[in-house]
Amino acid sequence: MNPTLDLLYRLADDQLILGHRNSEWNGLGPILEEDIAFSSMAQDKLGHALQLYTLLHELGEAEPDTVAFTRNAPQFHCCQLTELPIGEYDFSLIRHFLFDHAELLRFEALAGSSYEPLAQVARKVKGELKYHVLHANTWVKRLGSATEEAIGRMQAALEFTLPYALGIFETTDAEPDIIRSGLFIGEAELQARWEASIGKVLAQTALTLPDLRTLTPVGGGRRGQHTEYLQPLLDEMAEVFRLDPTADW
Amino acid sequence: MYGSASTHDIPAKATTGLENEDPILLAEFEARIARGEKIEPTDWMPQLYRKQLTRMIEQHAHSEIIGSLPEGTWITRAPGFRRKMAQMAKVQDEVGHAQLLYSAAETLGKTREQMLSDLVNGKSKYSNVFNYPTPTWADSNVISWLIDAGAIVNQMANAKGSYGPYCRALDRICAEEAFHLKYGHDAVVHMATGTPVQRKMMQEALNRWWPAIMTFFGPSDKMSVHTEILMRWKVKMATNDACRQQFLDMYVPKIWEIGLTLPDANLRKNEDGVWEFTEPDWEDFKRVINGDGPCNAERIAVRRAAEENGAWVRRALLQPQARYVRPLA
Ligand SMILES: [Fe+2]
Ligand SMILES: [Fe+2]
Ligand SMILES: [Fe+2]
Repeated sequence: MNPTLDLLYRLADDQLILGHRNSEWNGLGPILEEDIAFSSMAQDKLGHALQLYTLLHELGEAEPDTVAFTRNAPQFHCCQLTELPIGEYDFSLIRHFLFDHAELLRFEALAGSSYEPLAQVARKVKGELKYHVLHANTWVKRLGSATEEAIGRMQAALEFTLPYALGIFETTDAEPDIIRSGLFIGEAELQARWEASIGKVLAQTALTLPDLRTLTPVGGGRRGQHTEYLQPLLDEMAEVFRLDPTADW
Repeated sequence: MYGSASTHDIPAKATTGLENEDPILLAEFEARIARGEKIEPTDWMPQLYRKQLTRMIEQHAHSEIIGSLPEGTWITRAPGFRRKMAQMAKVQDEVGHAQLLYSAAETLGKTREQMLSDLVNGKSKYSNVFNYPTPTWADSNVISWLIDAGAIVNQMANAKGSYGPYCRALDRICAEEAFHLKYGHDAVVHMATGTPVQRKMMQEALNRWWPAIMTFFGPSDKMSVHTEILMRWKVKMATNDACRQQFLDMYVPKIWEIGLTLPDANLRKNEDGVWEFTEPDWEDFKRVINGDGPCNAERIAVRRAAEENGAWVRRALLQPQARYVRPLA
């Protein structure tokens, strides 16, 4: 795949799938304020996805709705972290924390992309992501320093989630071209920044960040290999859309 | 959404206790309300006023969070980016309304925790319409348009009531409900004027929802007793029948205009401007509001699961920074 398309699909699919997952917290949050917060962040992510699919459309790909609502799992390039079910709040919060730290740094870097339409989108998106990270940090610091119960849950969630989080940085064959052409700084550089960024926050809690070198990253997502959870998510997402493909809803 | 789920069911001895109130304070209180002044949390108020308002605002708050569930299940299935994002925003607003209303109710002395616990224990009610299923996307659209429309009729009236915090919450809520109405109407119009599959789905959803919509404002005033004192105190601002008439007058023509029909052969506007309709099945309404509807158990179970799964978070918040294993700086 051409490096620009390769990069855009990964970015857009991550946003769509995690936005979809975060929206599942409606009515289920531990407090109403968190229902509302997760919904806000989900709406932002859907908005980001739409902007990125629109860039793809401008490059000749199908309409955003078609791309989002009619592909099957093997055609998706999201990392597996985004597609896991919401589980309990500890997992969803840790996923949000680990993912959005990477996302903020990613879009800050993309603001300087050599592909100007992407750089423009990134400059808007990074402003919103700042608040997502602020939200994640606040909760991780709070719950990661509170009761023994909360600290235990958060630590377990962190350890479960980290291998998937490392899958965020899985590269594709296009990686050398992406870096060479100045589209993006590359996944390795991003991961280094991310490790420093999450480490700084976790150091202010009772949580322990395991040595990441000892973990095996869960990859595959960037190459269309997904968990058993993605296809059912996509089927659900397209349930109405597919009822009448000729319809304007 | 919603209001007036069951303000009609004030206890038969609604005036009980009034004779124990200080007559001078009571007369001043009633005079203030008659002058159009707002009652604020720290002002003197009769026990019955506090109790009825708490119940009414609490029920309204419950209706918002329970009401977010049937539409919420369609967020993940909404067709296309535009609808998906709007459905998310709409449902999020409803949860925000609950948050506002619980705060308003808390000013009367009952905590949010107590209210939510009464909800999952079946001690307090919420708008009965949410005990019915939403099997298709069109059902969700019917709620967005017509249930929210009903809610607006109710809330615009209640916003002129006497309790300051409730009125101010309602002013903010009504502004957002106006957007819900636009969104719901747009979605219904798209389907009602769309492909045959869409038109059929929408007509079926409307047929399914119409009986519940007709009960939305509560039983006929002929059947309600003791609304008089609540009207005098501006707790209840319009009768159930007046709200229903206003709703029919505003929305039936709009429904017919887009080519949809309503499953009531007796529905018509008389020459005197009054809408006639088949009397809803109030026995069924009573049965459902008392717990025996198609979705009561499911709605409460979802809410209960949310409360239970989130309990550890609330425990942690109540014990802020219980122990720092490491210093913060
Ligand atoms: Fe986010
Ligand atoms: Fe509402
Ligand atoms: Fe609404």
